Amino acid sequence: MTPLKKAPSSWESTVKKNATRLMYWTATWVVTCALLSFGPKLIWNFNTLLSTLAVALNLGIGVVMILAQVKYLRGADEMERKIFLDASAITLGVLLICSSSYQALKTAQLISFEPLIGPLLCLMGVTFSICILVGSRRYR
Amino acid sequence: MKNRLKVLRAEKDWTQADLAEQLSVSRQTINAIEKGKFDPSLPLAFKTARLFELAIEDIFSDEVES
Repeated sequence: MTPLKKAPSSWESTVKKNATRLMYWTATWVVTCALLSFGPKLIWNFNTLLSTLAVALNLGIGVVMILAQVKYLRGADEMERKIFLDASAITLGVLLICSSSYQALKTAQLISFEPLIGPLLCLMGVTFSICILVGSRRYR
Repeated sequence: MKNRLKVLRAEKDWTQADLAEQLSVSRQTINAIEKGKFDPSLPLAFKTARLFELAIEDIFSDEVES
């Protein structure tokens, strides 16, 4: 057996640390989204200052989450990056087509309500998750 | 792309995890490369060649996996 020369730093522990950091900031961002959605009506009774602060907090945490995602991607290996990139491209395509059709439903008066962003965000999350799962299985 | 990674790794008595750590990639990536499901980039191919002290063409060939 050829003895292994240990790498100077453990790549795997760095990736795990980046993934944990990304999960933490994603969860925090979701909490700020919930705060922004329910806070004005249920907590601070549409106080302008508090609503503005909640928007600023949501945007700030969103930026930190994006930076954490960039750091995670830069630390990931090339196959993981490819899976992530493929999933992002498919998600973008699905979102583009579905949002356009969704808007057209209102224009064609096939739906009575205003198209909302919520279902599109759900669709985006589900599509991305499925693509990551399929991509990971493909290379297994 | 075909490769001799599995054979070379076995000769050294390394696990996929051992090789993955040396190349700073995941074990899944090593598995995918060995099975011919994923083609490594040129930098990773060079790194692999350096690790085994071989030329790239001694590890990877342009034949399609059957």
